[in-house]
Amino acid sequence: MPVNLPPLSRRAFGRLALAASAAAVGGMWRTAPARAAAPTGEPIRVGILHSLSGTMAISETTLKDVMLMLIAEQNRRGGVLGRPLEPVVVDPASNWPLFAEKARQLLSVDRAAAVFGCWTSVSRKSVLPVFEELNGILFYPVQYEGQECSRNIFYTGAAPNQQAIPAVDYLLSEDGGGAKRFALIGTDYVYPRTTNQILVNYLKAKGIADADIMVNYTPFGQSDWQTIVSQIKAFGSAGKKTAVVSTINGDANVPFYKELGNQGISATDIPVMAFSVGEEELAGMDTAPLVGQLAAWNYFESIDTPANTSFIKQWHDYTKNPKRTTNDPMEAHYIGFNMWVQAVTKAGTTDHDKVIDAMIGIRQPNLTGGVAEMLPDHHLTKPVYIGEIQEDGQFSVVWKTPSLVPGQAWSPWVPETRDLIGDWSKPIACGNYNTATKTCLGHRHA
Amino acid sequence: MRSACLVVALWLGAVLLPGACAYADAFSGLGSARPDEMLGAISTLAVSGDPQAGTVLRALGERHLFAAPDGGLYIRQGETCVDARTGQPVATVPDGLKPVRLNNRIRTALAGAQASMALLAPQAETRLKAADALYARHDPAMVPTLEHALSVEKDAAVRTRLMQARAATILAQPAQQDTQDQRLEAVRSLAAVGGLEARGILAGVAQSDAEAPQVRHAAQAAVSSMDWHLRAWSVAQNAFYGLSYGSVLLLAATGLAITFGVMGVINMAHGEMMMIGAYVTWMVQQAIRVSVPALEPVAILVAIPVAFVVCGGMGVLIERGLIRFLYGRPLETLLATWGLSLILQQAVRSIFGPTNIAVQTPAWLSGSVAVGGMDITLNRLAILVFAALVLGGLMLVLRRTPLGLQMRAVTQNRRMAALMGIRTPRVDALAFGLGAGLAGLAGVAVSQIDNVSPNLGQSYIIDSFMVVVFGGVGNLWGTLAAAMALGMGGKVLEPAIGAVSAKIAILVLVILYIQRHPRGMFPVRGRGVES
Repeated sequence: MPVNLPPLSRRAFGRLALAASAAAVGGMWRTAPARAAAPTGEPIRVGILHSLSGTMAISETTLKDVMLMLIAEQNRRGGVLGRPLEPVVVDPASNWPLFAEKARQLLSVDRAAAVFGCWTSVSRKSVLPVFEELNGILFYPVQYEGQECSRNIFYTGAAPNQQAIPAVDYLLSEDGGGAKRFALIGTDYVYPRTTNQILVNYLKAKGIADADIMVNYTPFGQSDWQTIVSQIKAFGSAGKKTAVVSTINGDANVPFYKELGNQGISATDIPVMAFSVGEEELAGMDTAPLVGQLAAWNYFESIDTPANTSFIKQWHDYTKNPKRTTNDPMEAHYIGFNMWVQAVTKAGTTDHDKVIDAMIGIRQPNLTGGVAEMLPDHHLTKPVYIGEIQEDGQFSVVWKTPSLVPGQAWSPWVPETRDLIGDWSKPIACGNYNTATKTCLGHRHA
Repeated sequence: MRSACLVVALWLGAVLLPGACAYADAFSGLGSARPDEMLGAISTLAVSGDPQAGTVLRALGERHLFAAPDGGLYIRQGETCVDARTGQPVATVPDGLKPVRLNNRIRTALAGAQASMALLAPQAETRLKAADALYARHDPAMVPTLEHALSVEKDAAVRTRLMQARAATILAQPAQQDTQDQRLEAVRSLAAVGGLEARGILAGVAQSDAEAPQVRHAAQAAVSSMDWHLRAWSVAQNAFYGLSYGSVLLLAATGLAITFGVMGVINMAHGEMMMIGAYVTWMVQQAIRVSVPALEPVAILVAIPVAFVVCGGMGVLIERGLIRFLYGRPLETLLATWGLSLILQQAVRSIFGPTNIAVQTPAWLSGSVAVGGMDITLNRLAILVFAALVLGGLMLVLRRTPLGLQMRAVTQNRRMAALMGIRTPRVDALAFGLGAGLAGLAGVAVSQIDNVSPNLGQSYIIDSFMVVVFGGVGNLWGTLAAAMALGMGGKVLEPAIGAVSAKIAILVLVILYIQRHPRGMFPVRGRGVES
């Protein structure tokens, strides 16, 4: 498979990044003499496990860049525990088994204090046993289907109750059009299937009949949407307001929206609520026909707060490209990284067990307002926003949850997991604790 | 709102609240952040008869309307800024202007308000469009407006449409005892219109318990008769989808039919040639936008020859620099071209970035035309025609030009052709270039329907090989038949068993077929084949 950097050049890359950040520190001295002294001592290695080639490179390369930016910034502030951070970048090349291999290498060869990585759920599932076996720390920054709670993973993206459920609530509300009929369209893999299972149960609990729910899956990279869009059109002609909930994976969205536009379906007829379309995906689309289509996220680039403005500026300066967009998983890495820095500072060591215990309860302000808190189930509290696509490829927020929503690892809308919670604080210290029977289903940390 | 404002203003005095309530008219709700107030303002404006109302609502829809903190409303378009209430230009643009935000609920109401205003426009065409919009919207509150419009309308076509819009609107009102006859008539009128929209309204009536029995029965009968029509049309629609999917497969596979089918070279970088064709389309569009903006709509036509030449040229280079050393060694060719495909992908990723780029679809290729009960999307239709032209052109080149003659001669018997004075290396290079150029053309077409990213080629290479092998290596008619068979097969299966299973089923069928007929549907026969 393509471009697996051999260990030597990877180290060299790490040193290069270090040298670059050192140079940046030098630059800062002239303008801001009040800055902290350059960190010294043994560097702390931070693993970055994002695909730089293959199909997922489109989304994950950006996350690698944002991590390098955050690490450089932290080094400029004096590193962590007075020691510099050293990024170790590996390329798992969108190849799921290779993710596990690279994770093992990061933990056992490079001794990474923490790893930031993965995008697809299948890549997370493939590295999970490695992180549990070697007791590593993974920060996973993408919205996902939930139903998982590992002691070694911090889920900084949204759980279903922080994205899917509020989004459907909005569609059901008067402002969202008061939809009575739902087409759940997704790519055929674990995230859409689990999310749709949760949504179907939720919609039924809200009084939507079986006949008013349509579920359809397509292969990865689907480009011919003619049949499915015409099915949606026919489904929408039953005399009830219809909405589409899309869990279509990034790449297949462009032809999907194109086909919707061509077949004359506008957002006012049948709105489409997407869970995987962000600023980055829109950058490759002609957005004029999409105006009014919806997306649910915990962050939008267009949200006007001082913290967000300075983050965007920092990103533009770092990439030297004023057109680069920011998106939700980038914010998740921003929050996760800063929480990890706080936890290491609090624990006074990079020891994995001590850092994992110190993480719970750490608070870090969101870029868009409110404070994210790391909960005992390793999920965050997050605000949920519904945004509408605008002509300029940005989202304008049309609705937000009145308060922050705490993430739930296990969905109460799936019968098997209704009574489960994750709680890694003592005394429960269990990833799947049944609150009805008061037992841990075997996911306990010794 | 207005009275509250007045009371507050009186109580605090105008000095304490300068300007905050300076505007208390039909327009003021537009600047509100609350959807309900905006909706109220829009419907008030629509019937206010204010000369500025039309302009302001249009500006709101096009997002040119801005609200100032003091309640002032301004229409700002580029450099010009006018006061929305008076239509007078303002000398200095006020501070803190914020665009008035829309959501789908407001957008729908706005479209209705604009349509109801346009019903009295002088041009029949505008009125017809307005009637269309009101038909699609069938807002129960619009009945009086439609009645009024009908009473003054003279144009027959507009009248018909208005009657239909009224029928739809009447049915959208809640059912009442005394409106039974009116509703029954409306059901009949909608049943005659047909289409998905009418079916939707009638299905709603048919399911409603509040409806009188005879109205409900009439609606049920209408829905079932419409469903029969819609089903018949959906067969035709599916056939079109199949043809269109087949034409994409055909375009992707023709180039490969030359390089693999005629020359016997397994070219794994074929998909990357398509990808480069798509990037060339984008570059041509960008160049034309900067240099001759007037030609922008036809940039895609300009891109066709450019992509062919660029990809063809690259093909010749690849053949001269790589393939010619590997003739007769299929495994090495496969590995070398695969490596090449990775190099090309990563090169494009490094130059243009890993993200998708936005190739514009010109207006004349967007949208669809209704033919009877089916929608023909224009970009798909264009690709269908384009595929036919490309295949026809290729046939002409192979049959009617010296190059085609030489290519066929070299394929049939290389040594004999060389002895007759044909420079076989040159023919090889040109044939490979032709194949690559055809891939470039496919890239131009695909840029209109798919993602343009460095990964574009990978999603087509497998399908292309499948088409060529299934059709019979070395036979263009076979490629055509195979592309159409796979396209049709996929689209017939898809509604029944879903896209994922359809794809699997097609693969299984192709494997079974190839096992029985290893040379595909149209094998090339003759003495030259065995060698």
